[in-house]
Amino acid sequence: MGVARYWREIPARYNLIGKKCGVCGKVYFPPRIVCPKCRRKSIGKMEDYKLSGKGTVESFTVIRVPPPEFEGKSPYVMALIKMDEGCYLTGQIVDCSIDEVHIGMRVEACLRRIQEDGKRGAIYYGYKFRKAKE
Amino acid sequence: MAAIVGYGAYVPRYRIKVEEIARIWGKQAASISSGLYVFEKSVPGIDEDTATISVEAARRAVKHAKINPKEIGAIYVGSESHPYAVKPTATIVAEAIEATPELTAADYEFACKAGTAGMQNCIALVKSNMIKYGMAIGADVAQAAPGDALEYTAAAGGAAFIIGKEGIAEINDTISFTTDTPDFWRREGEPYPGHGERFTGEPAYFKHVMNAAKMLMEKLGTKPSDYDYAVFHQPNGKFPMRVAKKLGFEKKQIEDGLLCPIIGNTYSGSSMLGLAAVLDVAKAGSRIIVVSYGSGAGSDAFDITVTDKIEEYERQGIRKMLENKEYVDYATYMKLRREFE
Repeated sequence: MGVARYWREIPARYNLIGKKCGVCGKVYFPPRIVCPKCRRKSIGKMEDYKLSGKGTVESFTVIRVPPPEFEGKSPYVMALIKMDEGCYLTGQIVDCSIDEVHIGMRVEACLRRIQEDGKRGAIYYGYKFRKAKE
Repeated sequence: MAAIVGYGAYVPRYRIKVEEIARIWGKQAASISSGLYVFEKSVPGIDEDTATISVEAARRAVKHAKINPKEIGAIYVGSESHPYAVKPTATIVAEAIEATPELTAADYEFACKAGTAGMQNCIALVKSNMIKYGMAIGADVAQAAPGDALEYTAAAGGAAFIIGKEGIAEINDTISFTTDTPDFWRREGEPYPGHGERFTGEPAYFKHVMNAAKMLMEKLGTKPSDYDYAVFHQPNGKFPMRVAKKLGFEKKQIEDGLLCPIIGNTYSGSSMLGLAAVLDVAKAGSRIIVVSYGSGAGSDAFDITVTDKIEEYERQGIRKMLENKEYVDYATYMKLRREFE
């Protein structure tokens, strides 16, 4: 990941700011410029929308052979999470053992280190998920 | 007048016991634990650092203070383990709590007292009407060389305080005591700090903490018995207890704020986490004295009176948060600290 792309996506990566269609009310994450349902009617009507950060695990997988940039971090859990606003996100589940993760588990977003460009490069932060307190 | 508007604390959930570290180095855990009065310490997750800990604490502070983060005019993050040597942690925090772009931000370093130095700056900016709210954070993923005495205490955690004109606790006064004392340091590019062993005691910690506390009480005409709670920097569990006794404070005054025995020394987070734990239990009218200590060396002392607003403030419950923990062995501890990378 380059610094420019990371920087562009900071609102979404740190604070889960997506878009809500001003016509049909559907929430999109990552942010979209146009609502695929309302198309041209939504142009100029897509508003910033901050997700609550709360969601439910719909499915998950355990990564035991990670890509090179995540070497040494495995095993870790990647989950498909249905956010309370209705959109889906893929994110890592942290701060609980692999055995604890289950479909239907309530989770909340937190900010963690995602990866870094080696020892000399930038550090990229972003959302991950942990078991919700509720 | 300046006051604490809100606070937030965060300590990672991983712990390592003193006996596990002692086992690796062939030391006697019982004598280390009783000598330091520390039993276990917090360990950061593999993807946690001073920035993520600061963000956790800052988000909790904003949530509980119920303020608009856009009204925060200054953010200072004090730490000796900023993830970058050049590139502020404070901007990451500012973005993550949506306080950008209309604010000033900077990272501070003064060993374990950089966070309280940030608090003093926020107090000054609020009092001079330059800002409405200021946020000061003390956070660390404390470094210690494997096998060093510091390894038994160097922990991870942090606390954030929002300072404004009115709030849950009025800051009556603050003073500092500062000298050039090389008791603990970390050279540029070095991964671990060095220290003067016994020299870190009398001429360093005790001299600065005691002088700052005495100067503050003398200025305000107070005595130890006037305070309901006292928080002294906690490099281990023993030093704050000993300094309290020397100054004439009783054990019950420091108990609520003494977290080091169960989480270790969170460096810049230490005295601020202690203050946060006290605010968790304090009542309206409670008077608190806080004295931080940073090697190199200096102490910042604060005299604080809790206001009626504390009653409707939703407190975080730091001790409850600390109950959610997972013990790790030494090898896992090293992996989580990214020592093998």
